[in-house]
Amino acid sequence: MANIVELKNVNKFYGTTVKTQVLFNIDLSFEVASFNSIIGQSGSGKSTLLNILGTLDRPTDGQVLIDGRETGSMKNIDLAALRNRTIGFIFQFHYLLPEFTALENVLMPFRVSNSAVTKEAFERAEELMEIVGISHVKNNLATRMSGGQQQRTAIARALINNPRVVLADEPTGNLDSDTSEKVFRMLREINERFGTTFVIVTHDRRIAEETDRIVEIVDGRIRMDLAR
Amino acid sequence: MKFAFSVAMRFLLSSKAQTLLIILGISIGVSVQLFIGLLIQGLQIDLVDSTIGNSSQVTIISTRDDRTIMDWQELIQRLEESALMTDITVVSPVLESPVFIVSTETSPSVIYRGLDFDRADAIYGIKDRVLQGSLPGRNEVLIGKELSEELELLIGQTITVLSSEGRTHQLVISGIFDLRVAGLNRSWVLGTLETAQTIAEKEGRISAIEMQVLEVFDADIIAASLAGAIEVDGIRVDNWKDQNQQLLSGLQGQSISSLMIQVFVIIAVALGISSILVITVVQKSRQIGILKAMGVTDRTASLVFLFEGALIGIGGAIVGVLLGLGLSIAFTTFALGPDGEPVVGLYLNYGFIALSGLIAFGASVIAAVIPARRSARLTPVEVIRNG
Repeated sequence: MANIVELKNVNKFYGTTVKTQVLFNIDLSFEVASFNSIIGQSGSGKSTLLNILGTLDRPTDGQVLIDGRETGSMKNIDLAALRNRTIGFIFQFHYLLPEFTALENVLMPFRVSNSAVTKEAFERAEELMEIVGISHVKNNLATRMSGGQQQRTAIARALINNPRVVLADEPTGNLDSDTSEKVFRMLREINERFGTTFVIVTHDRRIAEETDRIVEIVDGRIRMDLAR
Repeated sequence: MKFAFSVAMRFLLSSKAQTLLIILGISIGVSVQLFIGLLIQGLQIDLVDSTIGNSSQVTIISTRDDRTIMDWQELIQRLEESALMTDITVVSPVLESPVFIVSTETSPSVIYRGLDFDRADAIYGIKDRVLQGSLPGRNEVLIGKELSEELELLIGQTITVLSSEGRTHQLVISGIFDLRVAGLNRSWVLGTLETAQTIAEKEGRISAIEMQVLEVFDADIIAASLAGAIEVDGIRVDNWKDQNQQLLSGLQGQSISSLMIQVFVIIAVALGISSILVITVVQKSRQIGILKAMGVTDRTASLVFLFEGALIGIGGAIVGVLLGLGLSIAFTTFALGPDGEPVVGLYLNYGFIALSGLIAFGASVIAAVIPARRSARLTPVEVIRNG
């Protein structure tokens, strides 16, 4: 099957005077519609890896291919358009816009690239909110929802533009184990239903073990790559 | 554009107290700037009006030895038929003749001014300023309030005047005027042109043509083109600006200092807006980062803050103009002189008011440039990594 994201010999250094290498010669690709996890200790470089996969950060050297397109030579404005159409993000701390309601947050990525919210987009937002179970709080401001509701809003938002790939950084990181389990099952369901590729960064081995492929990062290197 | 605008709007509305505070800050700045501007303009208009409002602003005077102008009817006719009349509002001939009032104990020296009252009224407003009696006819005279009080002269009395030619004339007092300048009330007596010509023994001649113009500050330009247009020997064209250099430099100094105050007020306002908006960018950096991760471009991210600047600029300009007008109206209503008239008149210069609003708006947008650039430079990773 084709690869939706691909890293070729990626290195990443931080700092200008004192250089610290965070990633070493990473070669990694994910297939379309696969359900993957990246695990590692904090500071292992897994979040940096995810940011590079999502074009939020650029590698010091090496190539990043999204849907077959090389991103190194693309301008910020083209990367922004690529992210908007192809990639959905779910961050550990929800990162909803507190000035907007749950529904407005979900529709935000659509509005970024379209002048007006279409009926289809609106219906899709309603459907996604139904799937993640937040229809009853859709008009609440982001600040007036529980942690679980906020995280589920963020999931619905990541899916509104029907992205090819969803990158999730500790999506259940600060949820209790019950909610965490529910959210994880939901991601799985969406993967099966829409064929969306998932790359989930976690430090929780129990969660990782339920994915189809586990990539373990230790000190900026791939230590283990296990497909089931 | 639309997206950036709606995000800007929501950011402003979601922190109402902060938004109102910035708008209030701009408003106070704009209102002070507008108030000072209108006040100084009003002050200058009042000052110019009281100085030259009731006097000749452009004057054709004789340079001949006998200080007279011959063929003046023809000159006035030519003047009134010329294109210059679009700038000139009044043309009035006058013959001045110094006389002594010898029928009184002190025999004071006064100037007998022979006027065409229909024309001169537009300059001096004489008809409204006759306190008692009526306008003089032949061999009659209108005397000033102070002169009548000091010499105890009454309407109907006859006075004898001695002309510079050494002859005496009998004149009947037809009325008493008050030009509201004590000096003129003492030194001027008014009569008809014909009587003046008889007294001065200058039949058919006058000594000057007095004029008022539409734009008083263009008096020098009008005087110059007038001198070029009429081309008559033995005359000179004077204007009030040449004769009031000190007043003019005073007015100019006032205008410059008023402008300086206004400029610094606006700079202070702009710096205030800029610093608050920079703080707003820091406050909203999380939101900007997440928007960029979603695919918002750097340009749109900076537009959000330019729109914020523009929106608070519009709000501040509107409230500020209203406040400034309120302040000006309050000032002219409550700051009254002893005569019950406002100390400074209110002159609503709509162009200036609109300009104040526009400057406030422009300053707000310019002040938003630095925050907007910060917003454009922000990368999503900074926000995501720092939580």
